[in-house]
Amino acid sequence: MAIKIEQVKSVLLKNARVVDPQVKLDQITDILIEKDIIRKIGPVREFKGKTVDCKNKIVIPGMMDMHVHLREPGEEHKETVITGCHAAAAGGFTELACMPNTKPPIDCRSDVEFIKERAENHLVNVHPIAAVTIGQAGEQLTEMGDMIEAGAAGFSDDGKPVLTAALMRRALEYATMLGKPVIDHCEDLSLSESGVMHEGKISAVLGMPSIPSIAEEIIVARDLLIAEYTEGLLHLAHISTAGAVRLIREAKSRGVRVTAETCPHYLVLTDEAVRGFNTLTKMNPPLRSENDQKMLIRGLKDGTIDTIATDHAPHAIEDKECEFQVAAFGIIGLETAFGLIWTHLVEKKLLTLEELILKMSVHPRQILQLPENKIESGAPANLTLVDPDIMWTVDNTAFESKSKNMPFQDWKLKGKTFGVINRGKMILTV
Amino acid sequence: MQLKSRHLLGLEGVCQEDITLILDTAESFKKVLDRPIPKVPTLRGKTVANLFFEPSTRTRFSFELAEKRLSADSVNFSKVGSSVAKGETLKDTARNIEAMKINFVVMRHSAPGAPHFLSQCLDSVVINAGDGAHEHPTQALLDMMTLRNCFQSLKGLKVVIVGDIEHSRVARSNIYGLLTMGANVGVCGPATLIPREIKALGVTVYPGIEEAMKEADVLNVLRIQLERQKEALFPSLREYRNLFGITRERLDRVNRRITIMHPGPINRGVELDSDVADGDYSVILSQVTNGVAVRMAVLYLLDGGRQKLEGDDHGN
Ligand SMILES: [Zn+2]
Repeated sequence: MAIKIEQVKSVLLKNARVVDPQVKLDQITDILIEKDIIRKIGPVREFKGKTVDCKNKIVIPGMMDMHVHLREPGEEHKETVITGCHAAAAGGFTELACMPNTKPPIDCRSDVEFIKERAENHLVNVHPIAAVTIGQAGEQLTEMGDMIEAGAAGFSDDGKPVLTAALMRRALEYATMLGKPVIDHCEDLSLSESGVMHEGKISAVLGMPSIPSIAEEIIVARDLLIAEYTEGLLHLAHISTAGAVRLIREAKSRGVRVTAETCPHYLVLTDEAVRGFNTLTKMNPPLRSENDQKMLIRGLKDGTIDTIATDHAPHAIEDKECEFQVAAFGIIGLETAFGLIWTHLVEKKLLTLEELILKMSVHPRQILQLPENKIESGAPANLTLVDPDIMWTVDNTAFESKSKNMPFQDWKLKGKTFGVINRGKMILTV
Repeated sequence: MQLKSRHLLGLEGVCQEDITLILDTAESFKKVLDRPIPKVPTLRGKTVANLFFEPSTRTRFSFELAEKRLSADSVNFSKVGSSVAKGETLKDTARNIEAMKINFVVMRHSAPGAPHFLSQCLDSVVINAGDGAHEHPTQALLDMMTLRNCFQSLKGLKVVIVGDIEHSRVARSNIYGLLTMGANVGVCGPATLIPREIKALGVTVYPGIEEAMKEADVLNVLRIQLERQKEALFPSLREYRNLFGITRERLDRVNRRITIMHPGPINRGVELDSDVADGDYSVILSQVTNGVAVRMAVLYLLDGGRQKLEGDDHGN
């Protein structure tokens, strides 16, 4: 499926259920868009331009994924800024933040500008997350101020943790001064060591080197203490364990300025999936236990976990067609995230539509201190169109992403996005 | 006479009937090995590739001998240390094997699941000769065969595996096989070398060797690897011996027969004292003999088990 970006002169979304908890909106009505602005929310009788029939469909504020690996520069055979943006749009996202662990890492102004330039004319807004330390080497801080001016939305050494407590302290103090968060990948490297899956019953069965949940929790605890001490803006990426959820909940209850994310795969799969040595179930942090999964869902529900991000991690076939221990960590997620969350959380009443909008659209922008995205007349039209009833089968051969690595092939899902509108452009995917 | 699975990747999930079939067949082959010309034409015209990505003398030797006794042609490939490093991928290696029209692949590899991966890329029959710390099915089969020779049945037998359980494929395959056959299985070793959730596999964990010996009919003593000392998993061989070594004094204190097994090679004076290893209760050398018979049985059965065995006396 080749994606087609249409320029919007004027377009009418007819008979849509329009939902935006930010403005307490939930009604069936029409939305009239002119260029990049919402002109009217309400019945439109006479209209000559392009009309999208949205009967039994839902329109929500454009979704944002704040944890994407675009692989450009350096590994363009896996993904590029453009193919990643296409994949995002196909998955219903109008904005994304991309991680700096490219080759070389995004650690100076010109790197940030390069990413911005690549995405310049796309429908999807790309917000580069820049490295905390030069070369992500864990030594010297990057020129954060300069990079924010160029468009950096936050800082992370993702791929690995901010190496030391001292460095985390300085990074948080400095980034917070500039109004942007530090995003940490929480992993105590001495504990995870050569581990490739969750330490638990399944790793005992398979005899596989494993990563205990405390590898994540110890760095979460460290970061929370530092955030409390520095009053820094801390965001914890891809939280996967029950213990981490408990620590974050406790910190939040005492007013620590922390936000946290989890990913769809932790919500729909457990380490049971690793039986059979399918390398498409290998990611970092690893798929955890059933109890961890239960606590993540509870954390989402009670507000401990603020956002669902994909950790979209494209890899070439040969990086996954090998022994489990040798295989690359990570799976792609942009084109399955919505369907997985809708099918496995919303349909099962574990999450409401409003909560989904908060987790996948509203909070990511708040966390990165970006302009809010509300559905109201006069506001920029930045929208995701949802078909809540469609039954579909995951098929990675039809993906926009350059890579195909994910364990959801042939899964039957209910609910899919069918279009996005942003920056005066529209992509319809059915 | 056929196994339910096309490959032998592990003993987890292999049913009692199949294990019994392999052990019974191995007994017939053991008789073949006692003949003046210990060879049968069973696999004549079949080719076996022995792929060893990890050093191994005993297992490879045992497989090669089993293949020769069955009149199969065998080719050997060993490429130590290259598996996890970048180089030719396992998939490419597999494709090359396939192109050479090989019937069986016997593989030893440091990565758990490597033979499973191989079996997905190949038409040949794959036999796991040890994959990392995951499984070593033929070792557990020969252990069970040895135990069946000593005891009436495996049912209700109490076997304690002693040593580095975490890194042991021998331990895992024994656990799966023995539990399937109705034995009770215990593990005993330094807490740092016992997987955290090993109990979920259905085994008893003994914190000390004395408690284990109080209850065990059999001790299967694993080789302790020197490298583990450097990884801070135990302080010294001396301390290991003090806490977990199977010594004559310890055995005497139990005052009852405990059968001693060891997959080899033995660190004498560390996990096992020489007078125990060479003593009356040791069945270590029978294990080695049975290894060849079990591997012949596995090859024969995975080939379809079609040829008649008894009276197949003509040799060549
Ligand atoms: Zn990460």
